[in-house]
Amino acid sequence: MSVRQQVLVLYLGTSALDSPVVGWSVYDGTGRTSPTTGDGDEPPYASGVAALRDGWRLFQAAQLIPPYPGGEYDVSFLKHEFFFEKLVDVPSGGPGTGERAG
Amino acid sequence: MTHPEHPPLLDSVRMARFVAHGSLRLDAVVPAELNTEAIGFLGRGVPDVPYGSTVADAYPEGSFVRRLLAVPAVAGALRGLVGPDPLVDHHAVHVREPHEGSAQPLHGDAIIDVRTDAFDVQLMYYPQDVTLDMGGTLSVPGSHLRRTNESDTGRYQNLLGQSRLVCPAGTVVFLHHGLWHGGRRNDSDGMRYMFKIRFNPSVRQRRLWDTSDLADPRVAAELSTTFPWYEHATGRLELYNRVLLWRSLTGDESFDPEHWVTRVSNRPQEEVV
Repeated sequence: MSVRQQVLVLYLGTSALDSPVVGWSVYDGTGRTSPTTGDGDEPPYASGVAALRDGWRLFQAAQLIPPYPGGEYDVSFLKHEFFFEKLVDVPSGGPGTGERAG
Repeated sequence: MTHPEHPPLLDSVRMARFVAHGSLRLDAVVPAELNTEAIGFLGRGVPDVPYGSTVADAYPEGSFVRRLLAVPAVAGALRGLVGPDPLVDHHAVHVREPHEGSAQPLHGDAIIDVRTDAFDVQLMYYPQDVTLDMGGTLSVPGSHLRRTNESDTGRYQNLLGQSRLVCPAGTVVFLHHGLWHGGRRNDSDGMRYMFKIRFNPSVRQRRLWDTSDLADPRVAAELSTTFPWYEHATGRLELYNRVLLWRSLTGDESFDPEHWVTRVSNRPQEEVV
């Protein structure tokens, strides 16, 4: 068996991990699914903590950065971005492993 | 019949809705015969025109595009958004191939454009019925004032309350130049066509629509709209920036229904001791 990473990115309503999900992205290193832009209207979890409870491991959270002087009222990227992962076993030599079947 | 020189203008409530949403949708306003003609016309491709062409120079009288722009609802909306005699920035035929495999990343067109007292609009015309699996344009309501550059937003796949366009043939959507959008993956068996024209205003964008209802309470209600994807705190900044845009469009420097702008700019100068 080989291990591949699945990545879930959740954008939350505040900097708190238990605040509501307002946006999401999924990237699948197993090659079993092909998530893409605009492929669903329903978030996979209601909050960041709900993802933890389903086994996703948090590995990065957005820093809290003060606004640049003069740009305090500007709006730009989503601020509260959380990266999660799951490690998934895949058969050696299978699709996405980059290995030749023996 | 509406005279082409006097198309039905937007009212203030619809204009306020555009300022809040960053888009204006006109369902099935283009007649069926034009839609039928459009498929062949777009399939052959539309030659480029020089940036900044007048409509008359870009599209000869009687041409398909001139007739599209003369549709009363289209002409009236364009007049209200960018005024008379807008310039043609560019146009493009967008084709989403059947089962093409991927979507466009979420993006704003051109480059980051932070004008607060002017905006371009993009006319998007859909000559066919667009079903969900045909990959109709994804857009994010209320994203047009975000200061981001082109596809730097490509990391965002889905945002709560996003719009995945499903529409009848002959629908026209006008987008503020900053609105986040992208062509979705076409999972159907058919080609999907969209024709886009970007327009630059050639006059100051102030009270270009029918302003007789400017005091209608629904104007402030539209401008106070929040969207499900807004983060709680940043959503307040969206309203702040939206008030500034409405002030620019109307010339009414007192407009501030939630007191967001007035509060943070209050610096009394009168000394009492």
